[in-house]
Amino acid sequence: MSTTATRAGLPTAEQHRSGSRPKRHYGTHIFLTAMAVMWLIPLGWALLTALRPIASTNEHGYFSVAGDFNFDNFVQAWTQGGIAKYFWNSVIISVPAVLLVLFLSSMMAFAVSRVSWKFNVTLLIMFTAGNLLPPQVLAAPLFEMAKHFEVPYAFSDSGNMLNTYIVVIAVNTAFQMGFCTFVLSNYMKALSQDLTEAALVDGAGIWRQYREIIMPLCRPAFAALGTLEVIFIYNDYFWPLIFIQSGDRLPVTTAINNLQGEFLNDYNLLAAGAVITVIPTLIVYLLLQRQFVAGLTLGSSKG
Amino acid sequence: MAAHTEPSLTAGPGRRTILKTMGVGVAGLAGVPLLAACTGGAGPSGGGTESSGLTFGSGSSDEVPKKAYQAVTDAFTKKTGKTVSTNVVPHNDFQNKINSYLQGSPDDTFTWFAGYRMQFYAGKGLLAPVDDVWEKIGGNFSDALKTASTGPDGKMYFVPNYNYPWGFFYRKSLWAEKGYEVPENFDALKTLAAKMKADGIIPIGFADKDGWPAMGTFDYINMRLNGYQFHVDLCSHKESWDQPKVTEVFTTWSALLPFQDPAALGQTWQDAARALAAKKTGMYLLGSFVTQQFTDPAVLKDIDFFPFPEIATEGRDAVEAPIDGLLLSKKGGENAAARQFMEFIGTPEAQDAYAAVDPSNIATAKGTDTSTFSELNKKCADTIANAKFISQFFDRDALPAMANNVMIPALQTFLKDGKMDVKNLEAQAKTLYAAQ
Amino acid sequence: MSTTARDLVPPESRAPSGAQAKGVKSGKVRRLSKRDKVVLSLMVGIPTLIQLVFVWLPTLMSIALSFMRWNGLALTDIRPAGLGNYQYISQDYPPFWPAMQHNLLWLAFLALVATPLGLLLAVLLDQQIRGSKIYQSIFFAPVMLSLALVGIIWQLFYQRDNGLLNFLLGTSGTPQAVDWFGDSSVNIWAALIAATWRHAGYVMLLYLAGLKGVDPSLKEAAAIDGANAVQTFFRVVFPAMRPINIVIVVITIIESLRAFDVVYVINRGTNGLELISALVIQNLVGEGQVIGVGSALAVVLLVISLVPIVFYLSRTFGKENKA
Repeated sequence: MSTTATRAGLPTAEQHRSGSRPKRHYGTHIFLTAMAVMWLIPLGWALLTALRPIASTNEHGYFSVAGDFNFDNFVQAWTQGGIAKYFWNSVIISVPAVLLVLFLSSMMAFAVSRVSWKFNVTLLIMFTAGNLLPPQVLAAPLFEMAKHFEVPYAFSDSGNMLNTYIVVIAVNTAFQMGFCTFVLSNYMKALSQDLTEAALVDGAGIWRQYREIIMPLCRPAFAALGTLEVIFIYNDYFWPLIFIQSGDRLPVTTAINNLQGEFLNDYNLLAAGAVITVIPTLIVYLLLQRQFVAGLTLGSSKG
Repeated sequence: MAAHTEPSLTAGPGRRTILKTMGVGVAGLAGVPLLAACTGGAGPSGGGTESSGLTFGSGSSDEVPKKAYQAVTDAFTKKTGKTVSTNVVPHNDFQNKINSYLQGSPDDTFTWFAGYRMQFYAGKGLLAPVDDVWEKIGGNFSDALKTASTGPDGKMYFVPNYNYPWGFFYRKSLWAEKGYEVPENFDALKTLAAKMKADGIIPIGFADKDGWPAMGTFDYINMRLNGYQFHVDLCSHKESWDQPKVTEVFTTWSALLPFQDPAALGQTWQDAARALAAKKTGMYLLGSFVTQQFTDPAVLKDIDFFPFPEIATEGRDAVEAPIDGLLLSKKGGENAAARQFMEFIGTPEAQDAYAAVDPSNIATAKGTDTSTFSELNKKCADTIANAKFISQFFDRDALPAMANNVMIPALQTFLKDGKMDVKNLEAQAKTLYAAQ
Repeated sequence: MSTTARDLVPPESRAPSGAQAKGVKSGKVRRLSKRDKVVLSLMVGIPTLIQLVFVWLPTLMSIALSFMRWNGLALTDIRPAGLGNYQYISQDYPPFWPAMQHNLLWLAFLALVATPLGLLLAVLLDQQIRGSKIYQSIFFAPVMLSLALVGIIWQLFYQRDNGLLNFLLGTSGTPQAVDWFGDSSVNIWAALIAATWRHAGYVMLLYLAGLKGVDPSLKEAAAIDGANAVQTFFRVVFPAMRPINIVIVVITIIESLRAFDVVYVINRGTNGLELISALVIQNLVGEGQVIGVGSALAVVLLVISLVPIVFYLSRTFGKENKA
């Protein structure tokens, strides 16, 4: 928070921005409005289709607003599609994965950015590169590794790591760690060396420097990365596709493709299914967006 | 120069909210392994030995067959008191993921197909043999069905439920109105198609978004031209693709291309079925399961079919009539209830329960109820019964990799531009069959 | 206060103090106690181990498998194939070259259309215009959606008979109606537009933040020198956003190489939507499983990705090594 306070202390931005020229950006508005309408059309169309019962669309066609509007499709998609379960699966996968990613990468980032030793740049390069690889490159060996990692049936009904949430969490964690390590290490590098120097003088060990000095300072970074990773992992379609075989264990992102097969020919139902899966992201988005935009603008205008 | 100097961070949201979450989150880290561990148990039946119930994986996701299998499992539960937990996966996904499904955690029993497509997985050791079941139900099935259920090692693996003939389906009222007549040979088919086109109807409905339906046309032209045995040998790659006999199939087919629905590659068979029902297309070559889509009884009554016309001396001896049924996974082999269910599906009782809901297919067990058969059912059953040779389907008779990785894209390209590089087909076949 | 302000300056602009920090750091290593060394090796060791086991080991295994024939069952069934799989994909496998082209097209489209569009939106919205926040919300909304969902939503829009687009074009229900996702001559473009819908918003948001970070005095100086708005932007503002530019280049490349979900949802990456990533999956997890061929395709994808990865890493870390 101190950062924003500092920004407010700088006088130039505020005065320059608000004061001088009250321009009327007509052209800009026309362009932006046109773009915004185009941007909203696909979602709006899905919503319109979802709100109309198939009887209405059959009678009046899809290109009309005649007939009934109700939430029947949503109810049917929800019950028939078993969407509640898919949502819960998404939670089971993304919450632990995001926490693990942040925890592990903060340690790694600390080690490579705050302590100087021989291989820190090499390791950082390795982590960053790993994150940039297309996941398809790793798919087959990871599938085989999971298959040959045998565990008791009591633990997993496949007798190995296939069809478990753990393997999806683990792979997501490993895969996202590179990105977070990179971002966090840059962030930590930018923190003054004096901070930890002082602690060293007090006799604080590495763990205390990490836990009590650096971690609290990284909160803004964690906040941003945390949200980003929640979205990344929630939206991950690929790893569950590879590892999870039971339809009822799929997270919602991967499961919506099944809805396509299930609601075949009933576009109203499919649209309802799609809109339902949009809703949680939309809620997260609307809730955090205020903070989000505030966070962005705080620095330059309000303070 | 702003507060947000690290670009990636800017994509993040507001701080305070997440800060709180993070505080809780880090504290909660210790609980992660516990949360993560409770995965497997949550799903259907854990180990393989419990006998109070079984799991059943079904690729029959369309409304009618889904309800039909529901009727079967209900009947089973009622009879034995054992529960069946059914996992329905959309048809195409179920097939596409069969490899990882069987290697991962398959259900005890699952819907699948007879023929090489079953033997392939039996040969890989992913299925459990059911010879003991066949000792009890063997009498219900013909020798042909028994052969189709046998694995490469001579053991029984498959229990048939139903089969269905492939033919050209059409609406009688449309044909009567326009004066169309059933074509007996290929030239007549072409003439008819040309007439339909002149009448402003798309003569031949076609759908190949999913890739497999086009194989039906290939199989029929191939069998009419070159005979059943050639189909079998080509599928097992005993015959080369790079020979005039195969080229001839595509040359013959290309005469039909202008009459096929040009939108084929973007639609599924369900779309094409609806087009037929709406009289937008004149005829449609598919299995009799197409009638599942005709929910309007008036339309259903108006549907008839004719076998693929004769092309050469081979006549019309061969019928494409794939058999669908159940398999037991390796793990399911240890579940007595699952074996019991396999046995049940091989009885007239179970097959009647199925057919009562989904009459588009023909039950395979002897002694099933035929009194409720519609005209169309009778015709389907007769077509199969009178056939000299019964083929399964290209993707059930050939190596899965050949059908999926080679034929699907090759046929889709053929539908688009009418070109087929048989040399390339042979080159790919060589590599893929050698890789197994 | 002033300290914290300096702390958050990006490393690039901090070169002199960085050198100084380095000197301090190297002194510190000597002061690490035994316990610190243990703690440190755990902090490094655990993440590194996870990274090696789940990312780099599988990468190496993919490379190894690409020279093998294997049916995916017993490990004893693995047989050497030499370059056979590569020969197969490059000579006999028809979807391979179209897929390569499509991947390049995907990259070009995102780089030349979607990213500039995002930048343009950001620049427009960075002016003090009314409703800026609403516009931002609208443009950013698709970014929150998964690509799989994007595919489904656009399918409703593109659908031949009941889709909105054909209705707006007036071709709906006529024989001229284009099947946007089914016609192989247009479906890649239709998919690219759907991908742009998501990508441009992402780019916009990153640039908006970047623009806010550009020191206004730079602009003022340029204005005093008589530069117009466009000149100011390209000569002053855009170069000042270098760190963000790099991030955006990387994101664009990653997204185009990873493009998979959209085409997989539409038709599993067949019929005009072939992408290397989709072919890999068809050969690895589809019913027609051929592990050697799938791995060879994966290695091709790996090699292509290494080009931008190495470029990026050398741009990012090269300087650091010299420092």
